[in-house]
Amino acid sequence: MRILVIEDDHDTANYIARGLQEAGHQAEHAADGSDGFHRASTETFDALIVDRMLPALDGLTVIHKLRDGGHTMPVLILSALGEVDDRVEGLRAGSDDYLTKPFAFAELLARLDALVRRGDNEAVTTHIQVSDLEMDLLSREVKREGQAIQLQPREYRLLEYLLRHHGQVVTRTMLLENVWDYHFDPQTNVIDVHISRLRGKIDKGFSTPLLHTVRGAGYLLRETSPD
Amino acid sequence: MVLAIYYVKRRLTNSATFRLALIYMALFATSVMLLMYFIHWSTAGYMGRQLDATIQTEIAALADRYQKDGLGGLKQLIEKRVERQPPVPESFYLLTDPTFHFVSGNLDHWPQVEATPDGWIEFKLNQGKQTVRARRFILTDRFFHLLVGRNIHDLIRTQDIIATTLVWGLAITLILGTLGGALMSRVAGKRIEAINSTCRKIISGKFSERIPTKNSGDDFDQLADNLNSMLDQIENLMEGVRRVSDNIAHDLRTPLARLRNRLEEAKIPDINPTEREEIIEQALKETDHLLSTFNALLRIARIEADERRSGFALLDLAELINDVIELYSPLAEEKEQTIVTNIEPPLPLHGDRDLLFQAFANLLDNTIKYAPVGGQLQADAKKIDSEIVVTIADDGPGIPVESQEEVLQRFVRLDSSRSTPGSGLGLSLVAAVTKMHSGELQLKDNNPGLTIVLTLPYRSEETDS
Repeated sequence: MRILVIEDDHDTANYIARGLQEAGHQAEHAADGSDGFHRASTETFDALIVDRMLPALDGLTVIHKLRDGGHTMPVLILSALGEVDDRVEGLRAGSDDYLTKPFAFAELLARLDALVRRGDNEAVTTHIQVSDLEMDLLSREVKREGQAIQLQPREYRLLEYLLRHHGQVVTRTMLLENVWDYHFDPQTNVIDVHISRLRGKIDKGFSTPLLHTVRGAGYLLRETSPD
Repeated sequence: MVLAIYYVKRRLTNSATFRLALIYMALFATSVMLLMYFIHWSTAGYMGRQLDATIQTEIAALADRYQKDGLGGLKQLIEKRVERQPPVPESFYLLTDPTFHFVSGNLDHWPQVEATPDGWIEFKLNQGKQTVRARRFILTDRFFHLLVGRNIHDLIRTQDIIATTLVWGLAITLILGTLGGALMSRVAGKRIEAINSTCRKIISGKFSERIPTKNSGDDFDQLADNLNSMLDQIENLMEGVRRVSDNIAHDLRTPLARLRNRLEEAKIPDINPTEREEIIEQALKETDHLLSTFNALLRIARIEADERRSGFALLDLAELINDVIELYSPLAEEKEQTIVTNIEPPLPLHGDRDLLFQAFANLLDNTIKYAPVGGQLQADAKKIDSEIVVTIADDGPGIPVESQEEVLQRFVRLDSSRSTPGSGLGLSLVAAVTKMHSGELQLKDNNPGLTIVLTLPYRSEETDS
């Protein structure tokens, strides 16, 4: 992917660019808002990472102007302003996701991945299959190797989210926000417990595990293990 | 001396109470003057009017006699009346011909005084010893002049006495009023000065100073009481800030020191890569812990400053609590704990969804953490009168009564819980969120265990958003 990082702090920008390159992406850097806007509107990028407080043109205005100009590329705001109101403001300005500094790089990667692939995933799907695990979104039936698996409503939503993002790393915060729909700090490993229960239902007793833990990042649902 | 007067003058005119007293005096003097004028009009004025009426009646009687018995009859009547007068006559009569020559009466000549348009004359007799008020009447057919008058010396004296009395009364009223006003403003000023001097002392750093009260419950005492409780509140807050900074210094320094140790360890050249990875992993965890502590602190501070009211909306607390329980029940199951719930929906409430979720998550997380393996947890939520009462109880070790207040403070972790993970901010966040929602948080003994009672206003402040 080709990603533009609009960030005035050079250390942070280098850190992000290096991390993105290591993950196999191509990262470009703009150090202020007007340069960022200029490049984003003239070149082609798969996604933008935008800081809020930028010299020349602030991040929200950049996004606003891009959206007004008809640019639809996914935009992720990366900001030290992390209160609910700030997030709401950011999303209203036209960004697709909001991440608060300081952040774990895995979180940034996972969210970027989810954003860029959202286009394919959000199409009307009625059936998702990963290896021998199937989910019918209409009848809400889940089967593995043809055997029906009984899931609680929340387990179903958890699995649905994982399946929709199969092959991508999904972080705990993403799960809390999207499956539980609350924005808060769970303090303990409560998500892990839910995952291990789900694992007990979809992986236990089957030859290959599908739901993997990615250390320091989150979870990954796919046929082969991440390593 | 001049300086002292200037100082007093300045003090007095600077004093709001003195100015009020002056304004009051001016109004009071005006009303007293009006009252005096009315008294004067209804006493002295009345006497004058009575006299005029008597003279009129007499003229009418004389005119009547003239009509009936002609000039002779009139002269006879006048002479009869003059005869009846005491040595110093009270009434005066004079009848003259058209050229003002004496015809009859007890005045020898017509007074050399100009009459008012309606015929009233006032003149003096016996070198000014007597004052006479009289009225002129013209006998229309023969143009004879008739003058009927009364000695008004006594009347004038009485009127003078009344006027003098009134002026004195007014003067005394004004003097007493001014003195009273000055005294009042001095008394009020003294009490205000007491407040001012206390304020100055506090500004100069003596924060324990309080305004003295007279225990009379008057408005100055009420003001002093309010200011004193405001000062108490400020002192509490300052104390809180100081405690928090002490705690931050203590509780954040420890993980920072650990982080530093890890990083130094990672720098050692001859350790194997897996070990180094492990050390870095731990350092990252330490950082995350620090960050989450900082976030929690900031969050509590913001909530306490009431900055996030914009996130308020109408929500169903029953649904929210069920979501929290659903999220945390696997944790409880891992410890073989059972959660018995008794939640009566709907429980509409005006509040911040995420913060309330966080608060109940903290409560449940704590309860699960501290209740024993195999314990029983009870979560109830129902509407009682105009409040939503949520109770979360466990049968664990509980919190000793003497520490119950303490655990709501930031960073407080009882010694018995030092071994379990946590920042010690969980309950203070709950307390802050509760306060923000105009609710109340109480800890009670469950014998055994702990009961947390959270009271929130039912559908409160629906219009305020």
